[in-house]
Amino acid sequence: MADDNPEINPAEPGASHNEARRTFLKQSSLLTAMTFTPGPIVQAAAAQFDEKVAAAFEKVPLKLEVNGVKHKLSVEPRTTLLDLLREQLHLTGTKKGCDYGQCGACTVHVDGNRINSCLTLAVMQEGRKITTIEGLANGDNLHPMQEAFVKHDGFQCGYCTPGQIMSAVACIREGHAGSEGEIREFMSGNICRCGAYSNIVAAIQEVKNGGQKV
Amino acid sequence: MKTPEKQIGARMNRVDGRQKVTGAATYSAEYKLPGITYAVLVGSTITKGRITSIDTKAAERAPGVLAVITHFNSPKVPGFDTAGKDPSQPATVGGPIKIFKDDKIRFNDQPIAIVVADSLERARFAAGLVKGQYAQEKHQTNLEANKAQAFLPTSAKKNPKHPMNDYQRGQVDAYKTGAIKLESEYVVPTEVHHPMEMQAITAHWEAPDRLTIYDKTQGTMATRRDFAREWGLPEENVKVIATYVGGAFGNALHSWQHESAAIIAARVVNRPVKLMLTREQMFTMVGYRPYTWQKLGMSATPDGKITAITHEAIGQTSTFEEFTEATLAQTRMMYESPNLTTRYRIASLDVNSPIWMRGPGEATGAFALESAMDEMAHLLNIDPLEFRLRNYTEQDPEKNRPWSSKFLKECYQLGAERVGWNKRQLKPGSLRDGDWLVGYGMGVGTFGAHRGSSKANIRLLPNGTVLLQSAVTDIGPGTATAMTQIAADTLGLAPEKIKFELGNSDFAQAPTQGGSAIVNTVGPAVQEACLALKEKLRTMAASSNAAFASTEKEDVLFADGYLTLNGNPNARVPFADLLKQTDGGFVTVESKPQGDASKSFSMYSFSVHFAEVRVHVLTGEVRVSKLVSCADAGTIVNEKTAGNQMKGGAVGGIGMALMEHAVIDDRFGRYITKDFADYHVPVHADSPDVQVAFVNKPDPHVNALGTKGIGEIAIIGVAPAIANAIFNATGKRLRELPITPDKLLV
Repeated sequence: MADDNPEINPAEPGASHNEARRTFLKQSSLLTAMTFTPGPIVQAAAAQFDEKVAAAFEKVPLKLEVNGVKHKLSVEPRTTLLDLLREQLHLTGTKKGCDYGQCGACTVHVDGNRINSCLTLAVMQEGRKITTIEGLANGDNLHPMQEAFVKHDGFQCGYCTPGQIMSAVACIREGHAGSEGEIREFMSGNICRCGAYSNIVAAIQEVKNGGQKV
Repeated sequence: MKTPEKQIGARMNRVDGRQKVTGAATYSAEYKLPGITYAVLVGSTITKGRITSIDTKAAERAPGVLAVITHFNSPKVPGFDTAGKDPSQPATVGGPIKIFKDDKIRFNDQPIAIVVADSLERARFAAGLVKGQYAQEKHQTNLEANKAQAFLPTSAKKNPKHPMNDYQRGQVDAYKTGAIKLESEYVVPTEVHHPMEMQAITAHWEAPDRLTIYDKTQGTMATRRDFAREWGLPEENVKVIATYVGGAFGNALHSWQHESAAIIAARVVNRPVKLMLTREQMFTMVGYRPYTWQKLGMSATPDGKITAITHEAIGQTSTFEEFTEATLAQTRMMYESPNLTTRYRIASLDVNSPIWMRGPGEATGAFALESAMDEMAHLLNIDPLEFRLRNYTEQDPEKNRPWSSKFLKECYQLGAERVGWNKRQLKPGSLRDGDWLVGYGMGVGTFGAHRGSSKANIRLLPNGTVLLQSAVTDIGPGTATAMTQIAADTLGLAPEKIKFELGNSDFAQAPTQGGSAIVNTVGPAVQEACLALKEKLRTMAASSNAAFASTEKEDVLFADGYLTLNGNPNARVPFADLLKQTDGGFVTVESKPQGDASKSFSMYSFSVHFAEVRVHVLTGEVRVSKLVSCADAGTIVNEKTAGNQMKGGAVGGIGMALMEHAVIDDRFGRYITKDFADYHVPVHADSPDVQVAFVNKPDPHVNALGTKGIGEIAIIGVAPAIANAIFNATGKRLRELPITPDKLLV
């Protein structure tokens, strides 16, 4: 174990917590890597000459299905699902509004359930099926909730809209759209700073009452 | 030929609705550029003083890091040295901080470094390794403790006609000698815009002298001018793209330091740089609605005629810019008071500069004025609506001239009916429903119906569709939709055949989106561009078809594939023939306010908001159970989007009244509200089904469309309506926002 080896003790005195974490990660992944990696690279990395090589070992493989497309990825464990979607898969329909799970702009479906994608690390979703706003429509045919948002003007600037729509679909599927009051409670994790709440609720009610499959 | 349906006034769906519901709408941090890099800002941990050193070594060594830029190593920004020295530019009072130019810290979390890396995670990690050392000085962040140093803004000192000067009609402070009088102090604390999209920019130097930025801004032209000046470039070398803006509410009316930082960083790494502020940085690195203290004195006759008002305000600003807003404007013109005094002051604190937040100034001032109106009505034992009617003004008492239009009485009537004002009891605390006390309140809002000048580009495309372009942005009201409707009616063309492109500084000149002035200003330009296009096509058609020579542009009609004439369907010239004659380029028109209507008339939009609240007797919880907003905003181009805008303002007013409060721990000068867990904004469950009604009568003087503007009046007057309803429910008069349950339980 790392602790038993004086040479790979985590941090020098005075180094910050963050530095310690990084050093630890680098060295522990090196231990794993040594088994599989050609000698010279290991030596270079072990001597801490090549940060890039060391960094490469920080990535882990990840299999995800996003909007019906299977992805084999290599991601850093610290990457959130939100940042993976936006920055690596370029699915920017999922929005970043706070990074703390407080605004709902990043709502996506994981195996059909709504979650804040900023609050989950991508690697925690191994093997799961993710649906983002880009995957909601059926080709050119909008999902009934998307249609209803357009009809009722359930948005202004449009930034919270993908999260509202993903949440709204789940809200009905969960059986939490029984009344206006219930919709408002179960949609309260999705903030709309433009204040289009009345129209969003009207859109959800229409879809719920229309009885279409969501 | 069938006359197309009239589009102005139709409840048309938004032209960009599909993009917004499918995730296809692209905001500033979402452009896919080759070689993109990620930047994260490091803020100062002190509030005032100097940076003595910054340790960047660990950050520089961290994987993926491309640059760590501080004032020690930042490249020279040419405009930082010449700013303020250009005699062609109006002298400003102070100016934004020039980032990475010196070691001075003027507010907490002021950016001291920018870290650029090849991934967001790496940039964020490395930013945590940057450590500043400081020589700290004593700071001041509390307005209440600094009221004594408040001063008349320099702009007012220099110009006796400046609206920030003291105002007087009749006797000074005459309320003090009134028989029936009140004097109250009010506080609106610092509030933060917090659009759902945080401030974001992608900066890309396409060549050493050509800069493109994808930026969250309300004004592509203003932003272009700022950064062209900063880098000593001709304006045409800078392109600002803001096709979609994820809300702003005033937050993007100013160019901020993070934008300069991203542009510097892109220069250093010679690759595109993407920077999005964190939610925490949205409290500190950009502006906010400033903490404002107010005192309002009022006297009246026993039969409810106001005899005097004195309204004073002190708002906070930074040490480096004199921020001012029209806090006292509404008081001067809303009620017929023969004696009226206003005094506006600002106080400099060690904070970042404020920036106008929706219903700037006026929303703050209206909280004091409309609360005081309710207090006086209560004192006189008169219904607050009746009290307002007794002091209604049929002409502007400030400028002594007629209103261009005013249908506020109609608004009062519409709103009172809808909220059920007749259920209101004069005696507070009279209505109870189980554990809930029920009350009704109202608040009035107004904002200038401003119109500026604007251009518009228009061209006919070979497929018979018309393309319009404007540099204007759309921060949410539905600008492209309204403009499409205006164009459709002017051209006589179906809206599906019109495309209105916006949000690009290369398009036709347009003002910054703000001050409720966009439909007023860009609308007429679109109208005139459409007429110019018709005239151009008519002249061209005349060369091949004599029928066009003897007609007016108004008679020109667009048909499927050809141009024709009203009343003469046999006159037809195919578009293809017309396009052969032209270079296919744009017709550009400029539209300016005509004549001196703005000097002969006082032009304002008006609103009234009625609230029904329920206050829980044991917990002090306040629920806004009904909210009715009525507006006299002239012609309503699209009732669906305009109604939505009104609803949004009302929801913003709920936040203002009941929850929004950015708190600084003055010991450290640092915000202790850092996210939505601490800084509450209204959520679904806080919002009732807001009811909206428009008088919808055109204003004859603002512009040919008859519009007056909606954005600001949607929120101005909402907070006092709720506060007054809380008084009516409980008998508790709360003059310091937000009205949280703890204040009601005291």
